[in-house]
Amino acid sequence: MSLFSDVPLAAPVAVFKLTADFREDKSPSKVNLGVGAYRTDDCQPWVLPVVRKVEKMIAGDDSLNHEYLPILGLPEFRSSASKIALGEDSPAIQEKRVGAVQCLGGTGALKIGAEFLRRWHNGNNNTKTPVYVSAPTWENHNGVFLNAGFEDIRPYKYWDAQKRGLDLSGFLGDLESAPEHSIFILHACAHNPTGTDPTQDEWKQIADVMKRRSLFPFFDSAYQGFASGNLEKDAWAIRFFVSQGFEIFCAQSFSKNFGLYNERVGNLTVVAKDEDNLNRVLSQLEKIVRITWSNPPSQGARLVAITLTTPDLFAEWKDNVKTMADRVLLMRAELKAKLLALGTPGTWDHITDQIGMFSFTGLNPKQVEYMVKEKHIYLMASGRINMCGLTTKNIDYVAESIHEAVTKVQ
Amino acid sequence: MALLKTSKIISAVGAHTPALGVLPFRASSWWTDVQMGPPDPILGVTEAFKRDTNPKKMNLGVGAYRDDQGKPYVLSCVRKAEAQIAAKSLDKEYLPIGGLGEFSKACAQLALGPDNEVLKSGRSITVQTISGTGSLRVGANFLSRFHTAVQDVYLPKPSWGNHTPIFRDAGMQLKAYTYYDPKTCGFDFKGALDDISKIPEKSVILLHACAHNPTGVDPRPEQWKEMASVIKKRNLLVFFDMAYQGFASGDIDRDAWAVRHFIEQGHNIVLSQSFAKNMGLYGERVGGFTIVCKDTEEAKRVESQLKILIRPIYSNPPMNGARIAATILNTPELYKEWLVEVKSMADRIIRMREMLVSNLKSEGSTHNWQHVIDQIGMFCFTGLKPDQVERLINEYSVYMTKDGRISMAGVTSGNVAYLAHAIHAVTK
Repeated sequence: MSLFSDVPLAAPVAVFKLTADFREDKSPSKVNLGVGAYRTDDCQPWVLPVVRKVEKMIAGDDSLNHEYLPILGLPEFRSSASKIALGEDSPAIQEKRVGAVQCLGGTGALKIGAEFLRRWHNGNNNTKTPVYVSAPTWENHNGVFLNAGFEDIRPYKYWDAQKRGLDLSGFLGDLESAPEHSIFILHACAHNPTGTDPTQDEWKQIADVMKRRSLFPFFDSAYQGFASGNLEKDAWAIRFFVSQGFEIFCAQSFSKNFGLYNERVGNLTVVAKDEDNLNRVLSQLEKIVRITWSNPPSQGARLVAITLTTPDLFAEWKDNVKTMADRVLLMRAELKAKLLALGTPGTWDHITDQIGMFSFTGLNPKQVEYMVKEKHIYLMASGRINMCGLTTKNIDYVAESIHEAVTKVQ
Repeated sequence: MALLKTSKIISAVGAHTPALGVLPFRASSWWTDVQMGPPDPILGVTEAFKRDTNPKKMNLGVGAYRDDQGKPYVLSCVRKAEAQIAAKSLDKEYLPIGGLGEFSKACAQLALGPDNEVLKSGRSITVQTISGTGSLRVGANFLSRFHTAVQDVYLPKPSWGNHTPIFRDAGMQLKAYTYYDPKTCGFDFKGALDDISKIPEKSVILLHACAHNPTGVDPRPEQWKEMASVIKKRNLLVFFDMAYQGFASGDIDRDAWAVRHFIEQGHNIVLSQSFAKNMGLYGERVGGFTIVCKDTEEAKRVESQLKILIRPIYSNPPMNGARIAATILNTPELYKEWLVEVKSMADRIIRMREMLVSNLKSEGSTHNWQHVIDQIGMFCFTGLKPDQVERLINEYSVYMTKDGRISMAGVTSGNVAYLAHAIHAVTK
């Protein structure tokens, strides 16, 4: 009798299953609009030229070794990454109340932040503190916070399916009725999966209520630079909150904007009231890291730190990021134009109004099934497509298929 | 568990009152009641070492290999593997949740031996993890969730300091079995068997596969055999922690002997592996976690649940180190070179042990220092008392932890005489 006889077979994670199914599909016209990774117009992964350059630099530097990083990570990475989010001239940084923890990707940053909040926010080990995630949100948000011990993960209204945009009044209403000290996971830009971001004015309204209701802002910033092509613009919401005096956590990912997906480069930026509070928070974060992974991997962090702190490399990186963002914007424009030209029923403004890698097409599950089974176009059941999966070569096929799905399937 | 409006909660780090109501916005911080975490004892040693201006100072707290010049050592096979990898211009796409397949496979083969029946039958699952710590963490989480019959983990006394908080945080209860005998600075075999024979059925027992940390004291093969037998009788779940394969004796098969013996005897073990020390890949975070299952069907179910556990922690593991390790393990010339290099690291440690003892004799020490030679791996439990350690630090600038543990990696042919002199001075 095995100890593990009763271990049930778990369902595979949907987004990875989609890619697995895509791989097995023999159709020559298949298209993968699932997993969130950038692709070139030839549908290939793209290692940023600046990354290749810095990799060579690191490889050629004999003074570098593979020794352990400190528990909180590479210091130059942590500080330069936080500067990217908060701005070079951030008063909070000057006031020495900004710190960071290098983590395993954006997921790792959310995890460490969640573990800290469960232990220290709103009492000790208060697992009943509500954690609010947008409806819909990245599916792993739920998993991360549940796994960290929180018992009450709630949706806040966000996506308005009718008008295919932000349900601001619903969002504000949920903020008003949330218990004080609740944690709100906010997408800094390029909301995943809807691609719909609040405007600056809308962010101001959100911040107002959060301040009044003593709600805790936990930003998830996975697409800075990648959304609009401009780093500052994509960090506006984070910086606004900090300027309003909020203490925040911000989980940063460098997977997409540096194309460093598999090196797991992330940063949990902490903005506290003052240096003393910051130091105590960092000391506790360190303890959590020690029992999770001890210390983080060095390769990716070195790469990012060198790039961010070397002026011409930094300029080259921004340029590479703009290349990616621009291709996405082009695909958005083309897709909308083609759907309009086909006379596909419905409005398609959301394709160009939405921002970042993803678009919530509005296709319903039956229509999605049609796309996958009949047309070999792989997208999430929610109707989310990865714009990066579109190329000048497949965009006609995809547009025609969407047209068919919308007209044939209800 | 704290409730929102309770006035006082006594926690492990002190009393604390949660904030009530809405406080003036700019006046207060969310973190007012966050306690300063206690300083890490080992870090403290390094900090003090750094501040010391004595040119003869020695840092014997370091848990990383140093060459005979006291410098970090990047293995030649690692440099070669890196060059090979760079030439391929690989992409940076996400790895699967369970990591790089070629790595996991080779990792399991290294531990179990390529002809192992378990691997041939496919009844085990290995996932790539964030080095040894990450492996232990995934393992602890898995046991906490699925080994619900008994949630007690038995650690040897003493064990690596981080074992306890890892298992505790995962929700397991910590217990201990006798292991180290301070009178002999060796293995308390009788004491261990006595304790193990009383451990309740289905409990988890953690064993250091080789180069026990912190004592350097390992059971001999015939002792392992008896332990395997008693553990089988008690029906315990065996969790092997193997962080030093190859690094202990210089021979990867010899260092994995206990793991392989237990499997042969029918124990379906769980196993954590680290490549931090034996490949010098410390900061790249390379490790593996293996569960030996009843059959392939069970292995599939277990694998699916491991992925569910890993995804909300870090989604998928880092590529760089795993790619280096896989290249070494799967390229015959590099593998051969690695075996030679890992043996040379182990040999230098062994030589330092011998030199330390012969120097102590030359100094005129009449104590029995045989344990320094008998112990194995990076660490040595000298048997020094806290007050003697204090003197070593203050009078000789020789830094170690209060328990008298020294890292042999910090000893070189250039400083071993000084070390012997200092130890003799505080123990004569």
